[in-house]
Amino acid sequence: MVARYIIEIEDCGRRFPCPEDEGVLQAMERQGWQAIPVGCRNGGCGRCLIRVICGAFRTGLMSRRHVSEGQGAQGLALACRLYPQSDLTVRLATPHDRAATENENARGA
Amino acid sequence: MAISGVLRPGYVQLRVLDMEAALVHYRDRIGLDVVQTDDEGLVYLKAYDEFDHHSIVLREAPEAGIDFMAFKVASEEALDEFARRLRGAGCTVEEIAPDDKRHLGRRIAFTAPTGHRFELFATIGRADLGPMVDNPELWHTEPRAMRVQRFDHCLLYGDDIDGAIDLFSKLLGFSLTERVVAPDGTVIAAFLSCGMKAHDIALVRHDEKGKLHHVSFLLESWNDVGHAADIMSRYNMSIDIGPTRHGITRGQTIYFFDPSGNRNEVFAGGYTFYPDHPVRTWSTDEVGKAIFYYERALNDRFMTVVT
Repeated sequence: MVARYIIEIEDCGRRFPCPEDEGVLQAMERQGWQAIPVGCRNGGCGRCLIRVICGAFRTGLMSRRHVSEGQGAQGLALACRLYPQSDLTVRLATPHDRAATENENARGA
Repeated sequence: MAISGVLRPGYVQLRVLDMEAALVHYRDRIGLDVVQTDDEGLVYLKAYDEFDHHSIVLREAPEAGIDFMAFKVASEEALDEFARRLRGAGCTVEEIAPDDKRHLGRRIAFTAPTGHRFELFATIGRADLGPMVDNPELWHTEPRAMRVQRFDHCLLYGDDIDGAIDLFSKLLGFSLTERVVAPDGTVIAAFLSCGMKAHDIALVRHDEKGKLHHVSFLLESWNDVGHAADIMSRYNMSIDIGPTRHGITRGQTIYFFDPSGNRNEVFAGGYTFYPDHPVRTWSTDEVGKAIFYYERALNDRFMTVVT
């Protein structure tokens, strides 16, 4: 039996269930909601960048251009590669979140 | 008309996050054949109707996107002439020695004003299972999956597309076939051909350098575009838009993403270009129809998502 958790998007209050083995973005889209911007759905483009405010999760492979290892540890993730392990509260990435990744990439380059 | 100078797109090297997932996509869904895996783990693939050794190279990396695109030129002399012209225009040209392991002759490489790396080569090994030449059957064995015939073109996003258009047209002999122009005269998209196709490379103005919009593969027919769409839904592949048609080039198309988020296109059709044809121009107020002829509206994801 696959566990299902509730995802809450803080920006708009939207709540929807997500199985533990499905990406948060994919579960959102499948249920017809548009709360998180949808890009490639495969961890490459960075469009669905969000921050997990609370809850347990795991992530799949994400392009390092959009989420560095350090930021991943701080709860930044691409929703298409975010798999819940408890109920989650998330919010959309801010320009500040995106700028932090760019700065980190620039330092690493 | 004899095509001389640059003949066609030769190969493209893509970065993928997970090689196993990439192979399921490019081999089992798109239908390319793996021809080689090298010591560094790079995987070389080709479509069934290509004579040359490979057209797609996959490299596992922490970040998706394009490493470089290569064009095949008519002769070693043409390669020397292009190196001379590029250097004459102030481009830094790197000479790369022949590489037997990669089945490649010598290459020259340069970085375009959009930040993309390009290679030119005249010599590449022949594929073991290329198209037949004696009493040729259609194929050795029936094509699999989406049945793509060949790698066709790339659309690249970068900042100085004016500089890149100049480089491709004035130094490498490409023709501008079609463009999208803003009211202030700024070219925001350009389609360039080195032969008789509607495009061999396309460029879109964008604030970052070196980005990939899509890698495109040719299909035989509009029916095959539908067949590709059936495969995408059957295997829950990430579709961007389509099946639809472009006003620009008139191609019948569907866009989708590989498992690392690199966009792919499979398409059929498109007009035949001759070098005496005038440039076709779209204004930005008709750009919806230019990009998607049936929807007549832009899709924000299609315009802004790149790797």
